Amino acid sequence: MRQMNEPPVGKPERARTGLSRRGLFGLAGAGVAGVAIGGASVGAVVSGGGATNAAGVSTAYPFFGAHQAGITTPAQDRLHFAAFDLSATTSRDDLIALLKDWSFAAARMTQGQDVSESGAVNGSPLAPPDDTGEALNLPASGLTITIGFGPTLFTTDDGVDRFGIASKKPALLASLPRFSGDALKPGNGGGDLCIQACADDPQVAVHAIRNLTRIAFGRASIRWSQLGFGRTSSTSTSQVTPRNLFGFKDGTANIKAEDPMTVNDQVWVGTDDAAWLAGGSYLVTRKIRMIIEAWDRVMLGEQEKVIGRSKGEGAPLSGGTEFSPVDLEAEGAAGQPLIDSNAHVRLAHSSMTKGSQLLRRGYNFVDGNDELGRLDAGLFFISFQRSPQQFIDVQSSLSRDALNEYVKHVSSGVFAIPPGAASGSYVGATLFG
Amino acid sequence: MPQRLIIGAAGAAALALALSGCVPNSAASTTALTVDVTDDTCVVSETTAAAGAIPFSITNAGTGVNEFYIYAEDKLRIVGEKENITPGQSVSLVAQLDPGTYYTACRFERAGSPIGLAEFTVTGEAALGTGAQQEQSEQAVTNYIAYIKQQVAELTPRVTAFAGAYAANDDETARSLFASARLSYERIEPTAEAFGDLDPKIDYREVDAVAEGIDWTGFHRMEKDLWVPGASDLNSDGQPALVDWAPSTPVERQQFADGLVENVKELSALVNADDFSVSVADISNGAIALLDEVAVGKISGEEDWWSHTDLFDLYGNVEGAEVAFGTVRGIATTSDAEGAALADDIETEFAALKTLLGTYGSIDSGFTSYDTVTSAQRKDISDQVNALAEPLSKLTHTVLGIAD
Repeated sequence: MRQMNEPPVGKPERARTGLSRRGLFGLAGAGVAGVAIGGASVGAVVSGGGATNAAGVSTAYPFFGAHQAGITTPAQDRLHFAAFDLSATTSRDDLIALLKDWSFAAARMTQGQDVSESGAVNGSPLAPPDDTGEALNLPASGLTITIGFGPTLFTTDDGVDRFGIASKKPALLASLPRFSGDALKPGNGGGDLCIQACADDPQVAVHAIRNLTRIAFGRASIRWSQLGFGRTSSTSTSQVTPRNLFGFKDGTANIKAEDPMTVNDQVWVGTDDAAWLAGGSYLVTRKIRMIIEAWDRVMLGEQEKVIGRSKGEGAPLSGGTEFSPVDLEAEGAAGQPLIDSNAHVRLAHSSMTKGSQLLRRGYNFVDGNDELGRLDAGLFFISFQRSPQQFIDVQSSLSRDALNEYVKHVSSGVFAIPPGAASGSYVGATLFG
Repeated sequence: MPQRLIIGAAGAAALALALSGCVPNSAASTTALTVDVTDDTCVVSETTAAAGAIPFSITNAGTGVNEFYIYAEDKLRIVGEKENITPGQSVSLVAQLDPGTYYTACRFERAGSPIGLAEFTVTGEAALGTGAQQEQSEQAVTNYIAYIKQQVAELTPRVTAFAGAYAANDDETARSLFASARLSYERIEPTAEAFGDLDPKIDYREVDAVAEGIDWTGFHRMEKDLWVPGASDLNSDGQPALVDWAPSTPVERQQFADGLVENVKELSALVNADDFSVSVADISNGAIALLDEVAVGKISGEEDWWSHTDLFDLYGNVEGAEVAFGTVRGIATTSDAEGAALADDIETEFAALKTLLGTYGSIDSGFTSYDTVTSAQRKDISDQVNALAEPLSKLTHTVLGIAD
């Protein structure tokens, strides 16, 4: 479809840019405490004033660092995710400029600032404001902005190398294979670029995507997007385990930031992949529609058998409490496995997935209702892993999951997540620099 | 913590019935049986007791928290339990048991396999009224097994005729036989699905077979040959219909036809085997499973994606659910007034659903092609399915009558 073999006639020499990046390299001084820059990736700045979260403080996470934020960061409560396609006229320089613009704006917004110095109300009265303004007076709210590159950024479906980066495409960055339970809707997945915006305040997350989308106009536009209203995973041992819309605790056995060995082993790309991606990760998104009306009619004992955990406490049916290890060998009095052979926790267990684990970071969604008057609800599944193969291993194991009767996967995406930007640089510099 | 209900074999269901209703305490033993618990032993003082309220005195002489369980004869369903018995503690438990075989065991620190599993026999008379219910339950099982055998007996010749026309390239005849050949299968789908690898061979849709990496055979493979997609058509998972697919060659047609007939014959052999049985719970859960088939797979038109004969399947599912319900209805109505009211509700909603589906045709005269059923009409059907499924989903609890 896209025909970008040659630059369009009359293309300006300077890349188009959406806003003044004045101050990009001086951001550290722009009202942000120096500790926010380049520190440990899970470090956070806690500021007083403004609206606060349940704990009575508002958190600000640094944008710059070895890894992008929004991965091992303790999962925030809200999500706005968007996938973008580049426009037919976007050049390599335009793309680099866009990534610089996004990084600049993201670095400011994650610190609770407007997208630019003039922002929402300090610009010319004769010009529309740079910032859309709905986050004025709101604190950073733990906002993280995570930017990723889809397979089609490197080569289009027709094999066109639009930006001279086809040779740098990681071997495993490709659309996922078909899985049991797939009911993918055409156009509702994939994308050249993606942005994951997470925050504890939904208005802050939406403000981020709205403004980054506006900055991209003319260069990229939204292909599909998703709001999530409640986290379904814990990525830190400091967090309580939330519940998904099946009513069960989700993410009990997730990879946690406090386990750096597993994070290094399973989440961050090492030196065995594309060099520019070292310290990055791979992001998989799956929009999983739940047939909750049918699920709600299942007897409690059967629900627990399908999941393999108790609904109340979340303990494995092999015994113990929530965080007791799942004992796949445990048998009942009749010699039957206490964790059913098709139970979700059994098939997702690392012993069934060639050792693969995922750092899950999904969110509940309810997108109104469908034509049949059923809630269009489910789980917007997000996972980070050092290779897409890990997700493929897990999802293949789940092909006979008893839960499949109640879910349909309607959207699928896979993105390479570059490492974090050095202070004042931009996400993607390792690829284009 | 609510007791976990585990549904098992037919014996469990019958036993559960025996436990329902009001049981008098008169036949109780007066002296408590003692249970001596350590970390790795679990010894009950007697191996038999008289039916009624049986008291146990459980002492934990071990070093960690322990639990005591009484299992039904299937060793799956728990009929009595005492949790969280700390070291040094003595606790009492009164279990209301009818005559039969039970098993006792402990579970150290709430994890792992049961310890000290031992048979425990209860003798004497069953509590008043439960005998009749047990008889009803046995009758229900007998009746439903007969129904399954009858449906499979109808399935075999219809499938053979359909497969014969398909193999002979008589597409017009094959198309006309497709929906009716599937009907009996749709009526007993949960039973067929219980035989692990048979349903995937007989009834898998292309998207499931591809995703699971198994050879795609059966009804829906033949369906796609008979209703060939256009170049721009998409499968139900959004993938182009013609990718990795080609019309079957005559040799392949013969293979698919023979395979389907063979698999249906295998199904017939399985349900006619001496050891084939179902439980009362299987029957009532089967009714709701059939409604879920409608609510999840059929209502969206995914099942018969190329032939659009979904309303036949849907009607078959509803009929099968109604038979399953009718088989256990008597147990529900005699359990208590609530059970009788529930049965009335279910009956009313079944009638309403069949009336609604009747406006789209009948099995004999044929149904409207599902691609012409509008979204608003599909919503009407879905709403009525929900209206029925809600009360129907409470049927197992009522029929088994297990107290909380």
